[in-house]
Amino acid sequence: MKETSPKESLLEYGSRYLRKVVTGFYSLIQGMDITLKYFINPKTVITQQYPENRDTLEMFDRFRGPLSMPHNQDGENACTACGICEKACPNGTISVLSTKDISGRKVLGKYIYRVSQCTFCGLCVEACPFGALAMSNDFELSVYDRNELTWVLNKPQATSQGEC
Amino acid sequence: MSAAATLYPLQNGIGNMVRNLFPESASLINPVLGVIALVILVSSLAGLLILLERKVSAHFQVRLGPMRVGYHGILQPLADGIKLVFKEFLKPRGADSFIFYLAPMLPLSATFLLMAILPFDHHLQLVDPAGGVLYVLGISGLTVLGILLAGWASNNKFSLLGAMRSGAQMISFEISMALIMLLIVMVSGTASLREIVLSQQGLIFDWWIFKLPFLGILSFFMYLIVSTAELNRTPFDLAEAESELTAGYHTEYSGMGFAMFFFAEFVNMFVSAGLATTFFLGGFHPPLIGIPLIDGLLNAIPGFIWFFGKTFFIVFVYMWFRWTFPRVRIDQLMSLEWKVMLPANLLLLMMGAVFMVLGWAG
Repeated sequence: MKETSPKESLLEYGSRYLRKVVTGFYSLIQGMDITLKYFINPKTVITQQYPENRDTLEMFDRFRGPLSMPHNQDGENACTACGICEKACPNGTISVLSTKDISGRKVLGKYIYRVSQCTFCGLCVEACPFGALAMSNDFELSVYDRNELTWVLNKPQATSQGEC
Repeated sequence: MSAAATLYPLQNGIGNMVRNLFPESASLINPVLGVIALVILVSSLAGLLILLERKVSAHFQVRLGPMRVGYHGILQPLADGIKLVFKEFLKPRGADSFIFYLAPMLPLSATFLLMAILPFDHHLQLVDPAGGVLYVLGISGLTVLGILLAGWASNNKFSLLGAMRSGAQMISFEISMALIMLLIVMVSGTASLREIVLSQQGLIFDWWIFKLPFLGILSFFMYLIVSTAELNRTPFDLAEAESELTAGYHTEYSGMGFAMFFFAEFVNMFVSAGLATTFFLGGFHPPLIGIPLIDGLLNAIPGFIWFFGKTFFIVFVYMWFRWTFPRVRIDQLMSLEWKVMLPANLLLLMMGAVFMVLGWAG
């Protein structure tokens, strides 16, 4: 509560005090109105019964699951193996291993992604100049062996690449 | 004894049946039956209120709350209780064992003692001391004592600090609560809870909230604020303040020791709402409006249903407060009590006296 200045009369102080009480109660009632609206509209509930509704589960658009690399129907991706994502990653989650194709051009060999180290910050997706990366919506990531959390994101071509 | 009190003597069917069957030992059996009923009521209320708090808070916060155990999580309090029973009750090294084990029992016993004098219906009240309001104020001091002893006996400086904070808070707000109760005692002319309820007999406009012009509704809202602070509930839950103190006075308690504090807090919420019903909302009287047809229907519903309905409405209002308002700081809390509530209550008491003299009250 602000100190009364010596010029302020008792009447002014009293009116300021009363106004404060009234506006304070008005703002409290506004808050209670909002919560009551949520309470009497059960449709606003956003929690989902997860294991039961696995088939109909809807994730939010901005949910950040593990990194993925979209491929078109021909199995091609937009990655040029420039390595910007590798530099953007703060904790060394990504390794871009490039090779050369027949014409001597630098192409992507293996895109290695270690989920166990990833913090899902999304800096790699922001850094990618070609839009080759995206955060997927998966979240069921638990496995028994840590080695299973090292993924190769680009689909193995018909050539030599296989498992990591 | 007033005319209304002689009209409804404090007896009920079960008690009279025992008196007829065993005339000699009835004075022994009836209290035992009463205590058993009280234990059943308090334990079932604790479970119900915990479930209700979780579900209501969930819906206020746009989520569902417990859904797994039983239909929509109905058996969740049972599961919680079983978990708490099987948890180890640890005592810190160097703690004062006797006081450490005694402290959680005090708030719970205060709850039982207060439940004993709540007038649930015309014939449903365990005892009705003539100084019921004084009894309520005295017994609710046991809660403060339990909290202070818990903080002291924990051999932990932070628990002691938390206990002193909550003790200071509860004692300060008890003054305002006493003054509000005193206003009702003054206008109704009796300190027995039963007769306070009987003094509100008649239409809905005979309840003290409406019968006292303007003062009734003002003191009802002040009672809500003060009892929220007295109950250590948000926005005044500085006693446990989970984000600042990680529990305050009951930091060192685990298992059933913690559960006793917890149960006492929840059932005290019901007791406090019941007192609000008794003092302001006409207790077990139905809200008659003066139209004979509707009044007949309302009178057909038994009084304890009205009592529980009104009480649970107040409980809902407490929960509504809790999940809407942000927590206040300790200095704001203290200045609210000592600079706003206490002078306002003294003024209210004086205005009540003026209303009495002018004959406007009742």
